[in-house]
Amino acid sequence: MLNVIPKSWNVKSKPDLFCPGCGHGMALKQLGFAIDGLGLQKEIILGVDIGCSLLAWNFLDVPTVQTHHGRTTPLMVGYKMSAPKRIAIAYMGDGAAWGIGLQNIIHAAYRNNPVTVIVINNENFAMTGGQASYTTLPGTVTPTSPLGKSSELGSGFKGPELVRQIANKNAFIARSTVANPIHLLTMLKKAILSQKESNNFALVEVLSICPTNWKTGAKASLDIAVEMEKTYPIGEVK
Amino acid sequence: MPERLFITGNEAAVRGAVDAGAKIMFGYPITPATEILEGWITKASVDKNLQYLQSEDEIAAGFGVLGSILAGAKAFTASAGIGHVLLQDPIAMAENMRLPFVGIMMQRGGPSTGTVNFSQQEVDLAIHGGNGDSFRIVYSASTVEEMYELVIKAFSSAWKYRFPTFVLGDGYLGKMKSTVTFKKMLKPVESRPILSGSGGSTWLRNCFSKEADLNQLLRHHIADWTKNKSKIVESESFHIDDARYLIVAHGLVASAAKESVLKMRTDRIRIGLFRPITLNPFDGEYLRKIAKGVKRIFIIESAYNQLGRIVRSELAGYDIKAKISQISKPAEGFTADEIIAEVKKHNA
Repeated sequence: MLNVIPKSWNVKSKPDLFCPGCGHGMALKQLGFAIDGLGLQKEIILGVDIGCSLLAWNFLDVPTVQTHHGRTTPLMVGYKMSAPKRIAIAYMGDGAAWGIGLQNIIHAAYRNNPVTVIVINNENFAMTGGQASYTTLPGTVTPTSPLGKSSELGSGFKGPELVRQIANKNAFIARSTVANPIHLLTMLKKAILSQKESNNFALVEVLSICPTNWKTGAKASLDIAVEMEKTYPIGEVK
Repeated sequence: MPERLFITGNEAAVRGAVDAGAKIMFGYPITPATEILEGWITKASVDKNLQYLQSEDEIAAGFGVLGSILAGAKAFTASAGIGHVLLQDPIAMAENMRLPFVGIMMQRGGPSTGTVNFSQQEVDLAIHGGNGDSFRIVYSASTVEEMYELVIKAFSSAWKYRFPTFVLGDGYLGKMKSTVTFKKMLKPVESRPILSGSGGSTWLRNCFSKEADLNQLLRHHIADWTKNKSKIVESESFHIDDARYLIVAHGLVASAAKESVLKMRTDRIRIGLFRPITLNPFDGEYLRKIAKGVKRIFIIESAYNQLGRIVRSELAGYDIKAKISQISKPAEGFTADEIIAEVKKHNA
Protein backbone atom coordinates (compact mmCIF):
# COMPACT_ATOMS: atom_id res chain seq x y z
CA MET A 1 0.00 0.00 0.00
CA LEU A 2 2.98 2.31 0.53
CA ASN A 3 3.44 2.88 -3.18
CA VAL A 4 -0.22 3.37 -3.98
CA ILE A 5 -1.76 6.80 -4.36
CA PRO A 6 -5.36 7.06 -3.11
CA LYS A 7 -7.87 7.56 -5.92
CA SER A 8 -9.43 10.44 -4.04
CA TRP A 9 -6.19 12.45 -4.13
CA ASN A 10 -5.95 15.38 -6.51
CA VAL A 11 -2.85 14.25 -8.40
CA LYS A 12 -2.59 17.59 -10.20
CA SER A 13 -1.65 19.23 -6.91
CA LYS A 14 1.27 16.82 -6.35
CA PRO A 15 4.02 17.08 -5.36
CA ASP A 16 2.37 18.84 -2.46
CA LEU A 17 3.75 21.74 -0.46
CA PHE A 18 4.16 20.02 2.90
CA CYS A 19 7.73 19.79 4.22
CA PRO A 20 9.60 16.55 3.51
CA GLY A 21 8.62 13.96 6.09
CA CYS A 22 5.61 15.90 7.35
CA GLY A 23 2.91 13.91 9.12
CA HIS A 24 0.13 15.68 7.23
CA GLY A 25 0.90 13.71 4.07
CA MET A 26 0.72 10.46 6.04
CA ALA A 27 -2.61 11.42 7.61
CA LEU A 28 -4.02 12.59 4.27
CA LYS A 29 -2.93 9.33 2.68
CA GLN A 30 -4.98 7.32 5.17
CA LEU A 31 -7.85 9.79 4.81
CA GLY A 32 -7.66 9.21 1.05
CA PHE A 33 -7.73 5.44 1.56
CA ALA A 34 -10.63 5.77 4.01
CA ILE A 35 -12.64 7.76 1.44
CA ASP A 36 -11.69 5.29 -1.32
CA GLY A 37 -12.47 2.26 0.84
CA LEU A 38 -15.90 3.56 1.78
CA GLY A 39 -16.59 4.63 -1.81
CA LEU A 40 -17.62 8.10 -0.67
CA GLN A 41 -15.52 10.44 -2.80
CA LYS A 42 -18.63 11.96 -4.45
CA GLU A 43 -20.24 12.72 -1.10
CA ILE A 44 -17.34 14.28 0.79
CA ILE A 45 -16.96 18.02 1.40
CA LEU A 46 -13.70 19.06 3.01
CA GLY A 47 -13.06 22.18 5.06
CA VAL A 48 -9.46 23.01 5.98
CA ASP A 49 -8.14 25.45 8.55
CA ILE A 50 -5.16 27.78 8.72
CA GLY A 51 -1.58 26.83 9.52
CA CYS A 52 -0.06 23.81 7.83
CA SER A 53 -3.56 22.37 7.34
CA LEU A 54 -4.25 25.02 4.70
CA LEU A 55 -1.76 23.29 2.40
CA ALA A 56 -4.46 20.64 2.00
CA TRP A 57 -6.74 23.18 0.26
CA ASN A 58 -6.41 21.34 -3.07
CA PHE A 59 -4.92 18.08 -1.81
CA LEU A 60 -7.95 15.84 -2.32
CA ASP A 61 -10.17 15.57 -5.38
CA VAL A 62 -13.25 16.62 -3.43
CA PRO A 63 -14.90 20.03 -3.07
CA THR A 64 -12.75 21.86 -0.53
CA VAL A 65 -12.90 25.22 1.20
CA GLN A 66 -10.09 26.76 3.21
CA THR A 67 -11.27 29.03 5.99
CA HIS A 68 -10.16 31.00 9.05
CA HIS A 69 -8.29 29.86 12.12
CA GLY A 70 -10.39 27.57 14.28
CA ARG A 71 -13.52 28.18 12.23
CA THR A 72 -13.55 25.09 10.06
CA THR A 73 -15.94 23.42 12.50
CA PRO A 74 -18.76 26.01 12.40
CA LEU A 75 -18.27 26.41 8.64
CA MET A 76 -18.83 22.68 8.14
CA VAL A 77 -21.72 22.66 10.63
CA GLY A 78 -23.38 25.35 8.51
CA TYR A 79 -22.64 23.47 5.30
CA LYS A 80 -24.04 20.22 6.64
CA MET A 81 -27.25 21.87 7.82
CA SER A 82 -27.99 23.02 4.28
CA ALA A 83 -26.62 19.94 2.50
CA PRO A 84 -27.44 17.05 4.85
CA LYS A 85 -26.66 14.37 2.26
CA ARG A 86 -23.03 15.43 2.03
CA ILE A 87 -20.36 14.18 4.41
CA ALA A 88 -18.62 17.19 5.94
CA ILE A 89 -15.04 16.82 7.16
CA ALA A 90 -13.28 19.59 9.11
CA TYR A 91 -9.48 19.25 8.94
CA MET A 92 -7.26 21.28 11.27
CA GLY A 93 -4.25 21.33 13.56
CA ASP A 94 -3.99 21.29 17.35
CA GLY A 95 -3.84 25.09 17.52
CA ALA A 96 -7.19 25.38 15.74
CA ALA A 97 -8.85 22.55 17.61
CA TRP A 98 -7.61 22.95 21.18
CA GLY A 99 -6.86 26.68 21.23
CA ILE A 100 -8.62 29.24 19.10
CA GLY A 101 -11.46 27.00 17.90
CA LEU A 102 -12.06 24.92 21.04
CA GLN A 103 -15.34 26.64 21.85
CA ASN A 104 -16.72 25.77 18.42
CA ILE A 105 -15.67 22.10 18.71
CA ILE A 106 -17.12 21.74 22.19
CA HIS A 107 -20.48 23.11 21.09
CA ALA A 108 -20.60 21.09 17.86
CA ALA A 109 -19.92 17.96 19.96
CA TYR A 110 -22.46 19.00 22.59
CA ARG A 111 -25.13 19.55 19.92
CA ASN A 112 -24.02 16.40 18.14
CA ASN A 113 -23.76 18.22 14.80
CA PRO A 114 -23.07 15.52 12.20
CA VAL A 115 -19.60 16.62 11.10
CA THR A 116 -16.29 14.74 11.25
CA VAL A 117 -13.41 16.68 12.78
CA ILE A 118 -9.84 15.56 12.12
CA VAL A 119 -7.18 17.16 14.32
CA ILE A 120 -3.55 16.81 13.32
CA ASN A 121 -1.65 17.11 16.60
CA ASN A 122 2.02 17.76 15.94
CA GLU A 123 2.52 19.39 19.33
CA ASN A 124 3.47 22.79 17.97
CA PHE A 125 2.47 25.79 15.87
CA ALA A 126 4.32 24.51 12.85
CA MET A 127 3.54 27.03 10.11
CA THR A 128 4.72 29.95 12.24
CA GLY A 129 7.98 28.25 13.15
CA GLY A 130 7.39 25.70 15.88
CA GLN A 131 6.10 27.71 18.83
CA ALA A 132 4.75 25.82 21.85
CA SER A 133 1.17 24.60 21.61
CA TYR A 134 -1.22 23.40 24.30
CA THR A 135 -0.25 19.86 23.42
CA THR A 136 3.52 20.50 23.64
CA LEU A 137 4.87 18.34 26.42
CA PRO A 138 6.62 19.84 29.50
CA GLY A 139 10.32 20.44 29.04
CA THR A 140 10.13 20.87 25.26
CA VAL A 141 12.27 23.70 23.92
CA THR A 142 10.50 25.88 21.34
CA PRO A 143 10.84 29.54 20.27
CA THR A 144 8.18 30.48 22.84
CA SER A 145 9.51 28.13 25.53
CA PRO A 146 13.27 28.69 25.19
CA LEU A 147 13.99 27.19 28.61
CA GLY A 148 11.71 24.22 27.99
CA LYS A 149 7.93 24.38 28.35
CA SER A 150 7.09 24.84 32.01
CA SER A 151 5.13 22.03 33.62
CA GLU A 152 3.12 24.77 35.32
CA LEU A 153 1.49 25.34 31.93
CA GLY A 154 -0.04 21.88 32.08
CA SER A 155 1.04 18.36 31.41
CA GLY A 156 -0.33 18.09 27.86
CA PHE A 157 -3.77 19.06 26.57
CA LYS A 158 -6.00 16.02 26.13
CA GLY A 159 -8.57 17.36 23.69
CA PRO A 160 -10.49 14.20 22.80
CA GLU A 161 -10.88 13.29 26.49
CA LEU A 162 -12.17 16.81 27.17
CA VAL A 163 -14.64 16.72 24.29
CA ARG A 164 -15.85 13.29 25.39
CA GLN A 165 -17.09 14.80 28.65
CA ILE A 166 -19.58 17.06 26.88
CA ALA A 167 -20.20 15.20 23.62
CA ASN A 168 -23.38 13.32 22.89
CA LYS A 169 -23.01 9.69 24.01
CA ASN A 170 -23.35 8.52 20.40
CA ALA A 171 -20.54 10.76 19.15
CA PHE A 172 -17.42 8.94 18.00
CA ILE A 173 -14.27 10.33 19.65
CA ALA A 174 -10.86 8.75 19.12
CA ARG A 175 -7.13 9.28 18.91
CA SER A 176 -4.76 7.66 16.46
CA THR A 177 -1.27 8.24 15.12
CA VAL A 178 0.61 8.50 11.85
CA ALA A 179 2.99 5.97 13.39
CA ASN A 180 0.27 3.31 13.06
CA PRO A 181 -1.33 3.69 9.61
CA ILE A 182 -3.63 0.68 9.91
CA HIS A 183 -5.04 1.94 13.21
CA LEU A 184 -5.37 5.42 11.71
CA LEU A 185 -7.26 4.12 8.67
CA THR A 186 -9.66 2.20 10.90
CA MET A 187 -10.37 5.21 13.12
CA LEU A 188 -10.87 7.56 10.15
CA LYS A 189 -13.31 5.13 8.54
CA LYS A 190 -15.28 4.83 11.79
CA ALA A 191 -15.35 8.62 12.16
CA ILE A 192 -16.72 9.07 8.63
CA LEU A 193 -19.26 6.27 9.05
CA SER A 194 -20.42 7.75 12.34
CA GLN A 195 -21.61 10.76 10.34
CA LYS A 196 -22.77 8.84 7.29
CA GLU A 197 -24.71 6.06 8.96
CA SER A 198 -25.90 7.46 12.25
CA ASN A 199 -25.72 11.24 11.82
CA ASN A 200 -23.37 11.76 14.74
CA PHE A 201 -20.52 14.09 15.55
CA ALA A 202 -17.09 12.47 15.26
CA LEU A 203 -13.58 13.57 16.12
CA VAL A 204 -10.23 11.90 15.54
CA GLU A 205 -7.05 13.42 16.89
CA VAL A 206 -4.07 12.20 14.91
CA LEU A 207 -0.68 12.26 16.64
CA SER A 208 1.64 13.57 13.96
CA ILE A 209 5.26 14.41 13.37
CA CYS A 210 6.99 17.65 12.46
CA PRO A 211 10.60 16.93 11.44
CA THR A 212 11.18 20.54 10.32
CA ASN A 213 10.36 22.18 13.63
CA TRP A 214 11.38 19.28 15.82
CA LYS A 215 14.69 19.24 13.93
CA THR A 216 14.60 15.46 13.84
CA GLY A 217 15.23 12.85 11.18
CA ALA A 218 12.80 10.17 10.07
CA LYS A 219 13.53 7.62 12.76
CA ALA A 220 13.77 10.10 15.62
CA SER A 221 10.50 11.72 14.52
CA LEU A 222 8.63 8.43 14.58
CA ASP A 223 10.25 7.51 17.90
CA ILE A 224 8.88 10.73 19.37
CA ALA A 225 5.46 9.96 17.89
CA VAL A 226 5.45 6.60 19.64
CA GLU A 227 6.65 8.24 22.85
CA MET A 228 3.72 10.70 22.62
CA GLU A 229 1.30 7.82 23.06
CA LYS A 230 2.35 7.59 26.73
CA THR A 231 0.70 10.95 27.33
CA TYR A 232 -1.88 10.73 24.58
CA PRO A 233 -3.11 7.13 24.39
CA ILE A 234 -4.52 5.99 21.06
CA GLY A 235 -7.86 4.29 20.54
CA GLU A 236 -11.50 5.22 20.92
CA VAL A 237 -12.08 7.58 23.85
CA LYS A 238 -15.03 6.26 25.79
CA MET B 1 -55.37 44.99 -1.89
CA PRO B 2 -51.81 44.96 -0.59
CA GLU B 3 -51.36 43.42 2.85
CA ARG B 4 -51.08 45.89 5.74
CA LEU B 5 -49.70 45.00 9.16
CA PHE B 6 -48.88 46.87 12.37
CA ILE B 7 -45.45 45.43 13.27
CA THR B 8 -41.99 46.25 14.65
CA GLY B 9 -38.85 46.80 12.61
CA ASN B 10 -37.41 43.51 13.84
CA GLU B 11 -40.61 41.69 12.80
CA ALA B 12 -40.38 43.41 9.42
CA ALA B 13 -36.81 42.15 9.06
CA VAL B 14 -37.89 38.56 9.73
CA ARG B 15 -40.75 38.89 7.25
CA GLY B 16 -38.31 40.32 4.69
CA ALA B 17 -35.93 37.39 5.14
CA VAL B 18 -38.76 34.87 4.68
CA ASP B 19 -40.06 36.66 1.58
CA ALA B 20 -36.52 36.86 0.16
CA GLY B 21 -36.34 33.09 0.27
CA ALA B 22 -33.92 32.77 3.18
CA LYS B 23 -33.75 29.22 4.42
CA ILE B 24 -31.55 29.36 7.50
CA MET B 25 -30.52 31.82 10.20
CA PHE B 26 -27.59 31.57 12.59
CA GLY B 27 -27.54 33.90 15.55
CA TYR B 28 -26.63 34.70 19.12
CA PRO B 29 -29.00 36.75 21.28
CA ILE B 30 -28.04 40.42 21.49
CA THR B 31 -30.10 43.50 22.20
CA PRO B 32 -31.57 45.13 20.13
CA ALA B 33 -31.52 42.43 17.43
CA THR B 34 -32.71 39.49 19.56
CA GLU B 35 -36.29 39.64 18.28
CA ILE B 36 -35.06 38.85 14.78
CA LEU B 37 -33.61 35.55 16.04
CA GLU B 38 -36.72 34.85 18.12
CA GLY B 39 -39.03 35.76 15.27
CA TRP B 40 -37.17 33.56 12.81
CA ILE B 41 -37.15 30.61 15.23
CA THR B 42 -40.91 31.04 15.69
CA LYS B 43 -41.35 30.84 11.91
CA ALA B 44 -38.96 27.89 11.62
CA SER B 45 -40.88 26.05 14.33
CA VAL B 46 -43.93 25.85 12.08
CA ASP B 47 -42.28 25.79 8.63
CA LYS B 48 -40.19 22.70 7.94
CA ASN B 49 -38.36 24.46 5.09
CA LEU B 50 -36.76 26.92 7.50
CA GLN B 51 -33.83 26.11 9.78
CA TYR B 52 -31.92 27.91 12.51
CA LEU B 53 -28.99 27.48 14.84
CA GLN B 54 -28.61 29.49 18.03
CA SER B 55 -24.84 29.35 18.04
CA GLU B 56 -22.23 29.55 20.79
CA ASP B 57 -21.08 33.01 19.68
CA GLU B 58 -21.33 35.41 16.77
CA ILE B 59 -18.16 34.07 15.15
CA ALA B 60 -19.71 30.62 14.88
CA ALA B 61 -22.93 32.23 13.63
CA GLY B 62 -21.06 34.02 10.84
CA PHE B 63 -19.13 30.94 9.74
CA GLY B 64 -22.31 28.87 9.94
CA VAL B 65 -23.91 31.37 7.57
CA LEU B 66 -20.98 30.97 5.18
CA GLY B 67 -21.17 27.16 5.34
CA SER B 68 -24.84 27.20 4.40
CA ILE B 69 -24.17 29.70 1.62
CA LEU B 70 -21.48 27.39 0.21
CA ALA B 71 -24.14 24.68 0.12
CA GLY B 72 -26.43 27.00 -1.85
CA ALA B 73 -28.87 28.23 0.80
CA LYS B 74 -29.79 31.84 1.41
CA ALA B 75 -28.51 32.23 4.96
CA PHE B 76 -28.18 35.21 7.28
CA THR B 77 -27.52 36.48 10.76
CA ALA B 78 -28.67 39.46 12.79
CA SER B 79 -26.57 41.16 15.41
CA ALA B 80 -25.43 44.44 16.91
CA GLY B 81 -22.53 46.21 18.57
CA ILE B 82 -19.88 43.84 19.82
CA GLY B 83 -21.54 40.95 17.95
CA HIS B 84 -21.06 42.98 14.79
CA VAL B 85 -17.38 43.30 15.75
CA LEU B 86 -16.99 39.52 16.19
CA LEU B 87 -18.70 38.91 12.86
CA GLN B 88 -15.97 40.80 11.02
CA ASP B 89 -13.84 37.64 10.85
CA PRO B 90 -16.34 35.63 8.76
CA ILE B 91 -17.32 38.74 6.80
CA ALA B 92 -13.69 39.29 5.79
CA MET B 93 -13.64 35.71 4.48
CA ALA B 94 -16.88 36.36 2.59
CA GLU B 95 -15.55 39.56 1.07
CA ASN B 96 -12.46 37.97 -0.42
CA MET B 97 -14.19 34.72 -1.43
CA ARG B 98 -17.20 36.65 -2.79
CA LEU B 99 -19.72 34.80 -0.64
CA PRO B 100 -23.20 36.37 -0.41
CA PHE B 101 -23.28 36.88 3.35
CA VAL B 102 -26.31 38.83 4.60
CA GLY B 103 -26.31 40.53 8.01
CA ILE B 104 -28.96 42.68 9.63
CA MET B 105 -27.17 44.94 12.09
CA MET B 106 -29.26 46.83 14.62
CA GLN B 107 -26.78 49.43 15.84
CA ARG B 108 -26.26 50.13 19.53
CA GLY B 109 -23.90 52.51 21.30
CA GLY B 110 -20.32 51.83 22.36
CA PRO B 111 -18.43 48.63 23.26
CA SER B 112 -19.38 45.99 25.85
CA THR B 113 -22.99 46.59 26.87
CA GLY B 114 -22.55 50.29 26.11
CA THR B 115 -26.07 51.43 25.51
CA VAL B 116 -28.27 48.83 23.98
CA ASN B 117 -30.76 50.65 21.81
CA PHE B 118 -29.38 53.28 19.54
CA SER B 119 -26.46 54.80 17.72
CA GLN B 120 -25.17 55.24 14.20
CA GLN B 121 -21.68 54.21 15.21
CA GLU B 122 -21.51 50.98 13.21
CA VAL B 123 -21.33 52.58 9.78
CA ASP B 124 -17.54 52.43 9.58
CA LEU B 125 -17.62 48.90 11.00
CA ALA B 126 -20.09 47.65 8.41
CA ILE B 127 -18.19 49.25 5.54
CA HIS B 128 -14.57 49.04 6.63
CA GLY B 129 -14.52 46.46 9.42
CA GLY B 130 -12.43 43.82 7.66
CA ASN B 131 -8.84 43.45 6.56
CA GLY B 132 -9.78 44.03 2.96
CA ASP B 133 -10.76 46.90 0.69
CA SER B 134 -14.39 47.27 1.83
CA PHE B 135 -16.23 45.60 -1.02
CA ARG B 136 -19.42 45.39 1.01
CA ILE B 137 -22.92 46.59 0.22
CA VAL B 138 -24.37 48.52 3.16
CA TYR B 139 -28.00 49.63 3.26
CA SER B 140 -29.43 51.88 5.97
CA ALA B 141 -33.12 51.52 6.77
CA SER B 142 -35.03 54.56 7.87
CA THR B 143 -38.53 53.19 8.49
CA VAL B 144 -40.09 49.88 9.50
CA GLU B 145 -41.46 49.45 6.00
CA GLU B 146 -38.07 50.10 4.48
CA MET B 147 -36.51 47.51 6.80
CA TYR B 148 -38.72 44.91 5.14
CA GLU B 149 -37.88 46.08 1.62
CA LEU B 150 -34.15 46.41 2.21
CA VAL B 151 -33.82 42.96 3.76
CA ILE B 152 -35.35 41.47 0.61
CA LYS B 153 -33.12 43.65 -1.52
CA ALA B 154 -30.06 42.69 0.53
CA PHE B 155 -30.46 39.01 -0.30
CA SER B 156 -30.92 39.78 -3.98
CA SER B 157 -27.93 42.14 -4.15
CA ALA B 158 -25.74 39.72 -2.24
CA TRP B 159 -26.55 36.79 -4.53
CA LYS B 160 -26.51 38.86 -7.71
CA TYR B 161 -23.26 40.74 -7.15
CA ARG B 162 -21.66 38.35 -4.65
CA PHE B 163 -20.55 40.95 -2.12
CA PRO B 164 -21.33 40.63 1.61
CA THR B 165 -24.39 42.76 2.29
CA PHE B 166 -25.66 44.51 5.39
CA VAL B 167 -28.86 46.20 6.39
CA LEU B 168 -28.22 48.72 9.15
CA GLY B 169 -30.95 49.66 11.57
CA ASP B 170 -30.98 50.44 15.28
CA GLY B 171 -32.88 49.42 18.38
CA TYR B 172 -35.54 52.09 18.11
CA LEU B 173 -36.28 51.11 14.54
CA GLY B 174 -36.24 47.45 15.57
CA LYS B 175 -38.63 47.88 18.46
CA MET B 176 -40.99 50.60 17.21
CA LYS B 177 -44.30 49.55 15.69
CA SER B 178 -45.53 51.01 12.48
CA THR B 179 -48.07 50.26 9.79
CA VAL B 180 -46.38 48.44 6.95
CA THR B 181 -47.76 47.86 3.49
CA PHE B 182 -46.11 44.89 1.82
CA LYS B 183 -45.57 45.92 -1.76
CA LYS B 184 -45.08 43.31 -4.40
CA MET B 185 -41.34 43.07 -4.76
CA LEU B 186 -39.36 41.94 -7.74
CA LYS B 187 -38.77 38.21 -7.84
CA PRO B 188 -35.86 37.46 -5.48
CA VAL B 189 -32.55 36.47 -7.10
CA GLU B 190 -32.09 32.70 -6.89
CA SER B 191 -29.31 31.06 -4.91
CA ARG B 192 -27.22 28.11 -6.02
CA PRO B 193 -24.50 25.88 -4.56
CA ILE B 194 -21.09 27.54 -4.61
CA LEU B 195 -18.71 24.88 -3.35
CA SER B 196 -19.88 22.00 -5.51
CA GLY B 197 -22.20 23.62 -8.01
CA SER B 198 -20.59 22.22 -11.11
CA GLY B 199 -20.68 18.62 -9.90
CA GLY B 200 -16.90 18.27 -9.92
CA SER B 201 -14.40 19.38 -7.32
CA THR B 202 -13.99 23.03 -6.53
CA TRP B 203 -11.24 24.37 -4.35
CA LEU B 204 -11.93 27.64 -2.58
CA ARG B 205 -9.28 29.37 -0.55
CA ASN B 206 -8.05 32.55 1.00
CA CYS B 207 -4.43 31.42 1.04
CA PHE B 208 -2.03 32.49 -1.68
CA SER B 209 1.58 31.56 -2.23
CA LYS B 210 2.32 34.70 -4.21
CA GLU B 211 1.41 38.32 -3.55
CA ALA B 212 0.71 38.65 -7.27
CA ASP B 213 -1.96 35.91 -7.04
CA LEU B 214 -3.92 37.79 -4.37
CA ASN B 215 -3.45 41.04 -6.23
CA GLN B 216 -4.87 39.48 -9.38
CA LEU B 217 -7.93 38.27 -7.48
CA LEU B 218 -8.40 41.71 -5.92
CA ARG B 219 -8.19 43.38 -9.31
CA HIS B 220 -11.03 41.14 -10.39
CA HIS B 221 -13.06 42.20 -7.30
CA ILE B 222 -12.28 45.87 -7.98
CA ALA B 223 -13.43 45.52 -11.59
CA ASP B 224 -16.71 43.91 -10.48
CA TRP B 225 -17.24 46.53 -7.79
CA THR B 226 -16.58 49.42 -10.17
CA LYS B 227 -18.76 47.94 -12.89
CA ASN B 228 -21.75 47.33 -10.61
CA LYS B 229 -21.53 50.31 -8.26
CA SER B 230 -23.94 52.45 -10.24
CA LYS B 231 -26.49 49.61 -10.30
CA ILE B 232 -26.30 49.15 -6.54
CA VAL B 233 -26.39 52.75 -5.27
CA GLU B 234 -29.68 54.10 -4.00
CA SER B 235 -30.73 57.35 -2.42
CA GLU B 236 -33.82 59.39 -1.71
CA SER B 237 -34.22 63.10 -2.13
CA PHE B 238 -36.92 65.17 -0.45
CA HIS B 239 -37.87 68.78 -1.29
CA ILE B 240 -34.64 69.45 -3.09
CA ASP B 241 -35.85 71.18 -6.25
CA ASP B 242 -35.54 74.76 -5.00
CA ALA B 243 -33.47 73.96 -1.90
CA ARG B 244 -30.83 76.44 -0.74
CA TYR B 245 -30.05 74.32 2.30
CA LEU B 246 -29.56 70.58 2.31
CA ILE B 247 -29.59 68.04 5.12
CA VAL B 248 -27.72 64.78 4.61
CA ALA B 249 -28.79 62.05 7.04
CA HIS B 250 -29.42 58.30 6.99
CA GLY B 251 -31.44 55.75 8.92
CA LEU B 252 -33.76 56.81 11.68
CA VAL B 253 -32.10 60.24 11.90
CA ALA B 254 -33.22 60.83 8.31
CA SER B 255 -36.82 60.18 9.39
CA ALA B 256 -36.53 62.97 11.98
CA ALA B 257 -34.80 65.12 9.36
CA LYS B 258 -37.69 64.60 6.98
CA GLU B 259 -40.13 65.83 9.60
CA SER B 260 -37.89 68.83 10.27
CA VAL B 261 -37.80 69.67 6.56
CA LEU B 262 -41.60 69.72 6.42
CA LYS B 263 -41.77 71.98 9.49
CA MET B 264 -39.13 74.36 8.11
CA ARG B 265 -40.87 74.42 4.76
CA THR B 266 -44.02 75.77 6.49
CA ASP B 267 -41.77 78.61 7.66
CA ARG B 268 -40.69 79.11 4.02
CA ILE B 269 -37.14 77.91 4.67
CA ARG B 270 -35.94 76.41 1.40
CA ILE B 271 -34.43 73.24 2.80
CA GLY B 272 -34.33 69.69 1.48
CA LEU B 273 -32.98 66.27 2.44
CA PHE B 274 -30.60 63.86 0.72
CA ARG B 275 -30.87 60.41 2.28
CA PRO B 276 -28.39 57.74 1.22
CA ILE B 277 -30.11 54.34 1.21
CA THR B 278 -26.81 52.65 0.38
CA LEU B 279 -23.93 53.94 2.50
CA ASN B 280 -21.53 51.79 0.50
CA PRO B 281 -21.37 52.19 -2.45
CA PHE B 282 -22.58 55.77 -2.10
CA ASP B 283 -24.67 57.78 -4.55
CA GLY B 284 -22.11 60.55 -4.78
CA GLU B 285 -23.06 61.48 -8.31
CA TYR B 286 -26.59 62.46 -7.32
CA LEU B 287 -25.43 64.15 -4.12
CA ARG B 288 -23.00 66.31 -6.12
CA LYS B 289 -25.75 67.27 -8.53
CA ILE B 290 -27.97 68.47 -5.69
CA ALA B 291 -25.09 70.03 -3.76
CA LYS B 292 -24.18 72.35 -6.64
CA GLY B 293 -27.31 74.42 -6.07
CA VAL B 294 -27.20 74.84 -2.32
CA LYS B 295 -25.54 77.32 0.04
CA ARG B 296 -25.02 75.05 2.99
CA ILE B 297 -25.04 71.33 3.70
CA PHE B 298 -25.88 69.97 7.16
CA ILE B 299 -24.55 66.49 7.84
CA ILE B 300 -26.56 65.13 10.75
CA GLU B 301 -25.69 61.84 12.41
CA SER B 302 -25.72 59.97 15.71
CA ALA B 303 -22.00 59.32 15.40
CA TYR B 304 -19.05 61.68 15.54
CA ASN B 305 -18.05 61.77 11.91
CA GLN B 306 -18.84 58.52 10.10
CA LEU B 307 -21.40 59.69 7.55
CA GLY B 308 -19.56 63.03 7.50
CA ARG B 309 -16.33 61.50 6.22
CA ILE B 310 -18.16 59.69 3.44
CA VAL B 311 -20.03 62.81 2.35
CA ARG B 312 -16.99 65.07 2.40
CA SER B 313 -14.90 62.60 0.44
CA GLU B 314 -17.67 62.32 -2.17
CA LEU B 315 -17.79 66.10 -2.53
CA ALA B 316 -14.04 66.70 -2.46
CA GLY B 317 -12.42 67.74 -5.71
CA TYR B 318 -15.64 68.95 -7.33
CA ASP B 319 -16.65 72.54 -7.82
CA ILE B 320 -19.05 72.66 -4.91
CA LYS B 321 -19.25 75.96 -3.07
CA ALA B 322 -21.68 74.96 -0.34
CA LYS B 323 -20.39 75.29 3.21
CA ILE B 324 -20.57 72.10 5.23
CA SER B 325 -21.78 71.91 8.84
CA GLN B 326 -21.34 68.67 10.72
CA ILE B 327 -23.95 68.17 13.43
CA SER B 328 -22.97 65.15 15.50
CA LYS B 329 -24.59 63.62 18.53
CA PRO B 330 -22.69 60.34 18.94
CA ALA B 331 -24.86 57.54 20.29
CA GLU B 332 -27.84 59.83 20.85
CA GLY B 333 -30.86 60.44 18.67
CA PHE B 334 -32.39 63.61 17.20
CA THR B 335 -35.91 64.95 17.27
CA ALA B 336 -37.16 67.07 14.39
CA ASP B 337 -37.22 70.15 16.66
CA GLU B 338 -33.61 69.59 17.69
CA ILE B 339 -32.61 69.42 14.04
CA ILE B 340 -34.49 72.67 13.34
CA ALA B 341 -32.73 74.35 16.27
CA GLU B 342 -29.33 73.11 15.06
CA VAL B 343 -29.99 74.24 11.50
CA LYS B 344 -31.09 77.68 12.67
CA LYS B 345 -28.05 77.93 14.96
CA HIS B 346 -25.65 77.22 12.12
CA ASN B 347 -27.48 79.41 9.71
CA ALA B 348 -28.68 82.36 11.75
